[in-house]
Amino acid sequence: MGGLQKKKYERGSATNYITRNKARKKLQLSLADFRRLCILKGIYPHEPKHKKKVNKGSTAPRTFYLLKDIRFLLHEPIVRKFREYKVFVRKLRKAYGKAEWTAVERLRDNKPGYKLDHIIKERYPTFIDALRDIDDALSMCFLFSTFARTGKCHVQTITLCRRLTVEWMNYVVTSRSLRKVFISIKGIYYQAEVLGQLITWLVPYQFAHDHPTDVDYRVMATFTEMYTTLFGFINFRLYQTLNLVYPPKLDSKAESELKAEHEEDYAMDSESYLEKLSALSASLARVVATAEEEEENQLDQFPADGEDLENMEAREKEQKEQEAQNRLFEGLKFFLNREVPRESLAFILRCFGAEVSWDKSLCIGGTYNVTDETITHQIVDRPDIDKQYINRYYIQPQWVFDSVNAKMRLPVEDYFLGVTLPPHLSPFVEEKDGDYVPPEKLKLMALQRGEKHVQEEEEDDDDDDDDEEYNDEVDDEDLTEEKNLKKMEDQRSQGKQTLAVKVTPGKVKPWETGSVGNKVRLEKEEKAEEKRLAIMMMKKKEKYLYDKIMFGKKRTTREANKLAAKRKAHEDTSKAEKKQKKAKKQ
Amino acid sequence: MGTVCVGGVYPAGCEKKRDTAAHSLLIGSGRGVFIEITHRCSPTLKWLTTSESFQLSRVCDIRNTVGNVPMEWYQDYPHIGYNLDGKKIFKPIRNKDELDEFLDKMENPDYWRTVHDKTTASDIRLTDEQVDLVHRLQKGQFGDVNFNEYEPSVDFFTNEVMIHPVTNRPQDKRSFIPSLIEKEKVSKLVHAIKMGWIKPRKPKETTPQYYDLWAKEDPNAILGRHKMHVPAPKMRLPGHEESYNPPPEYLLTEEERLVWEQQDAEDRKLPFLPQKHSCLRAVPAFSRFIHERFERCLDLYLCPRQRKMRVNVNPEDLIPKLPKPKDLQPFPTTMSLVYRGHTSLVRSISASPTGQWLVSGSDDFTVRFWEVNTGRCMKTLEVGGAVKSVAWNPNPAVCLVAVCFERTVLLLNPSLGDRLVVSSTDQLITAYEPPEEDKEQAVTWALSEGLEHNMGHRLTLTHPKAVKQVVWHGKGDYLSSVMPDNSSNLQVLIHQVSKRRTQNPFRKNKGLVQCVSFHPLRPYFFVATQRYVRVYNLIKQELTKKLMTNCKWISSMAIHPGGDNLICGSYDCRLAWFDLDLSTKPYKMLRHHKKALRGVAYHRNYPLFASGADDGSVIVCHGMVYNDLLQNPLIVPVKVLKGHQITHDLGVLDVTFHPTQPWVFSSGADTTIRLFT
Repeated sequence: MGGLQKKKYERGSATNYITRNKARKKLQLSLADFRRLCILKGIYPHEPKHKKKVNKGSTAPRTFYLLKDIRFLLHEPIVRKFREYKVFVRKLRKAYGKAEWTAVERLRDNKPGYKLDHIIKERYPTFIDALRDIDDALSMCFLFSTFARTGKCHVQTITLCRRLTVEWMNYVVTSRSLRKVFISIKGIYYQAEVLGQLITWLVPYQFAHDHPTDVDYRVMATFTEMYTTLFGFINFRLYQTLNLVYPPKLDSKAESELKAEHEEDYAMDSESYLEKLSALSASLARVVATAEEEEENQLDQFPADGEDLENMEAREKEQKEQEAQNRLFEGLKFFLNREVPRESLAFILRCFGAEVSWDKSLCIGGTYNVTDETITHQIVDRPDIDKQYINRYYIQPQWVFDSVNAKMRLPVEDYFLGVTLPPHLSPFVEEKDGDYVPPEKLKLMALQRGEKHVQEEEEDDDDDDDDEEYNDEVDDEDLTEEKNLKKMEDQRSQGKQTLAVKVTPGKVKPWETGSVGNKVRLEKEEKAEEKRLAIMMMKKKEKYLYDKIMFGKKRTTREANKLAAKRKAHEDTSKAEKKQKKAKKQ
Repeated sequence: MGTVCVGGVYPAGCEKKRDTAAHSLLIGSGRGVFIEITHRCSPTLKWLTTSESFQLSRVCDIRNTVGNVPMEWYQDYPHIGYNLDGKKIFKPIRNKDELDEFLDKMENPDYWRTVHDKTTASDIRLTDEQVDLVHRLQKGQFGDVNFNEYEPSVDFFTNEVMIHPVTNRPQDKRSFIPSLIEKEKVSKLVHAIKMGWIKPRKPKETTPQYYDLWAKEDPNAILGRHKMHVPAPKMRLPGHEESYNPPPEYLLTEEERLVWEQQDAEDRKLPFLPQKHSCLRAVPAFSRFIHERFERCLDLYLCPRQRKMRVNVNPEDLIPKLPKPKDLQPFPTTMSLVYRGHTSLVRSISASPTGQWLVSGSDDFTVRFWEVNTGRCMKTLEVGGAVKSVAWNPNPAVCLVAVCFERTVLLLNPSLGDRLVVSSTDQLITAYEPPEEDKEQAVTWALSEGLEHNMGHRLTLTHPKAVKQVVWHGKGDYLSSVMPDNSSNLQVLIHQVSKRRTQNPFRKNKGLVQCVSFHPLRPYFFVATQRYVRVYNLIKQELTKKLMTNCKWISSMAIHPGGDNLICGSYDCRLAWFDLDLSTKPYKMLRHHKKALRGVAYHRNYPLFASGADDGSVIVCHGMVYNDLLQNPLIVPVKVLKGHQITHDLGVLDVTFHPTQPWVFSSGADTTIRLFT
């Protein structure tokens, strides 16, 4: 009978977790090395379900790792390299102390290094896994590539990051996989669709960084170390899929074209090639030289019926749209003025098939001059320009970004020099039911659907605000107006959005008064009461959940209403101002 | 210890110690240091006295020879050590205590230069030379006055170069011929290079080499780890407000901006301030860019990851599907009559068994009789206290109303309705014959006469304590009254009107009784205490059941006319519905009132029950129990009736159903009684 008393915390969840300090001791690593190992191997802490049990009855805040994870780390060859490095540092210090310079040199030459290839392979067993996780790597590399080559991290890391990002941009240009771009106050967001994966990255503006003091650059450097390895392998593989030479080489034709006269003046030989690549103005060399790959990516037709057929049609339509977007700027010739961000604009324009050039003083790789008569668009970011050519549009850079997001060339009038730009909307926002949709987006959606006149009308409305004129128009185009209103109303009923549209006096509908109306109203009331009574009978748990959901819903509508109200107030004030101005003029 | 100064030369071993001592002495200056010495609390000073005393031992013989041992060892002995002759050194007869010390400090002009020597347990007055020495050490000077630290130095060798060498020895031969050992070493190296054992250093590759890592994608490489792995969530995609040129509504107004600035970084909804720039050229660098990137890094390797199940529920699906109230008619839906007349809150109402009359008792010391259909007040009776409870006799053949106020239960004959019934009731009361032997009873029965009789009073039962509630038995002969009292067993009394007898059924106090009720058909008696309802069998005189209500404080109770179900209202906003056959726990708990429930009632014929609460509403529920035991009882709220105003945080105080019609009466704190039909 009886047997031994069971001891506490010797089975169950208490044995599955290990605290950070214990893990560190088990691995015989310093905290910094342990962190580095966790970063490289992608080990993160776990939150146990019953923290007190795992913590052996204590409630002290501790970080827990899965014991399995730590056991997995035990067999990592990198750990040995860490120890070797530690020994190396010790030896080096000793040699320094004794002023044995030959020994220092010898030790330096035999500095232990390690490779992360196997870790990458282990963490991402398939290519798609790796590609899915590349968002952070891209953002980090783009950030590091903008660092000044002083102090904060190794110069090699910076140049490597720069090289990899240039490779990536060249790949995106060649594969034409850019989908969305967005100028935010933080930097420029890009979204590309590579092998079916949506990849988003953020590039900071080209300014010198004000390096903060409360940031641990060692952690960032460790991440970058891992990311550059991952990123390089991904680039290699991506170049392979497109039959491009890796490391990228310029087309022989393009290379001869780009041969500038005073190349040596511009940059060192070692750097000018990377610069030329980063100019993005020329195509890359291919492994198998194919004559202008213009094969249509036709979907095969499969015999299908019912739902499959619908799916197929939808897919086909999507594909067509995609292709149209890829050719968005095809045939256009752009010239970038000095003050616009060259790299991002060249990247975007090249992604959609345009030809780009810039001033020779700006960067290497410009292919034509300002004076070229065939230029169709010149991108300028200053209020006015002295010498203007008559056969080209002078537009502000936002036009490019907005057009890419709208998947169509927007009318250039709103983006002329000195014109107040329309708001730049985020392409990443997908409004659901009940969310607030800014009126610009509605306009844009209408434009995409091909309803030109709506836009114009609104434009008219914005331009001259004489109410009488507006009424005349209403009389003229009663039918279309009615249609629009109906559409708007539909939208509103769908999403409860409040639109910034004018209210026209409506007719009294027969059902609103009289016995029929009463009946409807009564029925509605009855329904509401029924619902209220049913809510009373809910179980406590369900009631809680229901209340929570309803609270969230109410909050979203409240926020949407707030935004709409703000918009309305803003419009009112701007209208009043305009009127005042007009009055003054007269 | 009068002669410390000995030529300023210290023994070699003491040199180092001296330095430290001098150092420690330097800490204070002048008088402060000496105070420290005299207080004998500085261990670093100990050496001074001991080593100096060591010095002195040659001069005079009062030296202790025990050496550097802790002096506590001699604590229990009369002596403190041995002198050079091996004689004991005795301690002074009497040790100085604090007071002596203080007096000494005050009176002795040499106190400041007095040092206590532990080894001889005697006080030593430092001589002028010694004091001078200490002063010099304090200043970092040499102890010896005569020592000149700036003496000119004398070189050992001259710095001038002489014409003659130091030695005249000719050079060795070995300095002319090459070394054989070196030759051997070089030849070994040459041989190794020839054989290819030593290679020149390869330039190290600095650029990483990339290759097709995933050339062989092995499906076996996907381990359990990868399946368990929780990928880090992607960064949140930016919204319109992050644009460099957002729509105007996304910009913060002045107040919003102030609020944003005052908030903690964690509380902010947006981590940045939306800004509008007129052109791309004007956009500055984002100052927190590196921070945000770094925070993301931290999130990636420091944050625990967890898969969270997101409940994606349509809230409409959560609402239970109930039968439509329309199908459950009849039930009261609208307020049709208001009975006004009372001037204070109406505590209790009761309808006559015929349904023609209604009686109400109020805090304004009156009982009023109303005609139900017209709302007319037929009679008003003044009683001597706030009426706590009224109850109309349920027997249609008897016209009696029980009214309780203060310590009295009054049986009234309102003389309303059928004359025959009224007269037969009077006869019933007068037909009483007192028994032969008078038993002592808990209450006194008194027959009303004269003016009171004319007013309708018939019998007066004077209780020993204040009465809270009266209820009739279904037959109309028995009547129970409740006198809540926590400390005695005399809380519930059962009276028989025809025999004018009173019984106290309970011998023990089981808690504060809230309300009682008779079973409509069987001889059961329900007693509700604060948290439980006890069911007693009156014939067997035993407890049959104890219902756990799960309420904190029961306020009211009602029993279904069939006797199978019971509802309990409580002050913690709950209504418990019991099926007496099933379990002692509530079958259903309704929490539909916002505030404390005050009254509950069952309808006699229809499957309806109602509850009134302090939130001013009466909720009517349909409660159907099927004869088929397999079918669950159906409890559906069918109507929320509102009408009573809330006064002094009190809403509805009592509810009761019309005996035949699906009508409900409610009395409220707003002095009205309302009829909902």
